[in-house]
Amino acid sequence: MKHSFLDRYSDRDSLLHKLDPRTKIVTTIAFILAVALTPPPSWQAFALYFVIVAIAILISKIPPLYVLKRSLVIVPFVLLIGIFIPFLKPGDASGSYNVWIWNVSHSGLMVLWGIAIKSWLSILSLILLSATTKFAELLKGLEQLRMPKLMIMILSFMYRYLFVMVDEVSRMKQARDSRNFGGKRTWQLKTIGNMIGTLFIRSYERGERVYGAMVARCFEGQIRTLSRLQFRTADLYFVAAFFFCLSLVGITFLFM
Amino acid sequence: MEYAIEIANLSYSYPDGQQALRDINLTIGIGESVALIGANGAGKSTLLLHLNGIIKSNETIKILGLPLNDKNLKQARSKVGLVFQNPDDQLFSPTVFDDVAFGPINMGFHPNEVRQRVSQALHDVNMAGYEQRSPQHLSVGEKKRIAIATILSMSPEILVLDEPTANLDPRAKWELIELIKGLPMTKIVASHDLEMVTALCERTIILDSGSIVADDSTPSIMSNAPLLESYGLAPTSRLAIAFD
Repeated sequence: MKHSFLDRYSDRDSLLHKLDPRTKIVTTIAFILAVALTPPPSWQAFALYFVIVAIAILISKIPPLYVLKRSLVIVPFVLLIGIFIPFLKPGDASGSYNVWIWNVSHSGLMVLWGIAIKSWLSILSLILLSATTKFAELLKGLEQLRMPKLMIMILSFMYRYLFVMVDEVSRMKQARDSRNFGGKRTWQLKTIGNMIGTLFIRSYERGERVYGAMVARCFEGQIRTLSRLQFRTADLYFVAAFFFCLSLVGITFLFM
Repeated sequence: MEYAIEIANLSYSYPDGQQALRDINLTIGIGESVALIGANGAGKSTLLLHLNGIIKSNETIKILGLPLNDKNLKQARSKVGLVFQNPDDQLFSPTVFDDVAFGPINMGFHPNEVRQRVSQALHDVNMAGYEQRSPQHLSVGEKKRIAIATILSMSPEILVLDEPTANLDPRAKWELIELIKGLPMTKIVASHDLEMVTALCERTIILDSGSIVADDSTPSIMSNAPLLESYGLAPTSRLAIAFD
């Protein structure tokens, strides 16, 4: 079965795709940090951040619409966290913002705006990172950046078996539906419960078999890997350009 | 004479008490290619898992003259290459390279040697150039080849294959048979695909309810229809007549 993979578009060819994953990881984290540390009222800074991401997206040759669509996943989270703040945060009631009987405070609105714009810019940069880097490369990069090998292993198994399990679930659903699944709600729940249990047992048994295959190849509990990453001059230029832009934003923000 | 595998009086029960193997005595010479056939649940896979100590036995198994115990385990595992039935179990890494390199890295080879072994193994299974692909994007036939490459990169002296042709279409199946046939090492193949067994192995062992019930040259076993039928490996005589 075919799936749209987590790292869709990561096999395209552009300047960003060619960069070393470590470069991209570090710059992405730096970008997110900068965004998170900028106070919400300075909208000019956020506009500049957006310009930086937009330029990066254009360089990467990834369809902007795809990035925009994927960035919508944060909407529910932002709403969940932030939507009540303008109503609850005490502060000067900004007269014109009155929703029915509740006062909307200006400072509360500012917090909501801050949460929304910061998470949106962060998610844009993360989507860009995952769309320009193959997942395997991303893991190699994280490993080189001293992320614990156990975590890397867990992530790599997750990536490898996520779609194997999705396939398994969709086969189970097909088998269920071709036997006229329906009837009472309680009966349906029971069936779904059984499916979840079966999936758990199958995954557990698969885990045992995978471990057997690892042990058969001399695995003794110590995770060893080979690094194939190499920095190039392009990485240097990119990092220089990126931090130049970022400090430009910082300076503009300081003097405005 | 030194044997590739010597098994003496091997019995094994599952943790739940069910007897899986009974009193197995078996010697396989170096360079032989042996088929292990039997109905589902006959104990084929359980026997294979004993061959590199994934299921422990009490020194009743010798690999190339070396008793299989905790001390020799690593050495034995690099000599016996076990290819599992489901390539999705065998291939667990994000890229083909990582998977084929897994064995050699664990064996402690130098990075250059590892890279050289990976490209040689992929070349041997006609999958050169697939290093950076991710296993989930491959067809079943390609996955099977890579699974074999993950073992070949460890240059084992004994190749053990569990149902190598399961889930393959005829074309992929015959390509794989050709490939396995071209490999020089001692081979043990568990299967109930009699076509493949006939094409690949000169000796056939029938396993039934955990015991060896026949051990002979492949042609003489394959021509013995009543024998195959009685262990559930060929159509019953009534059906066979209907086919004629």
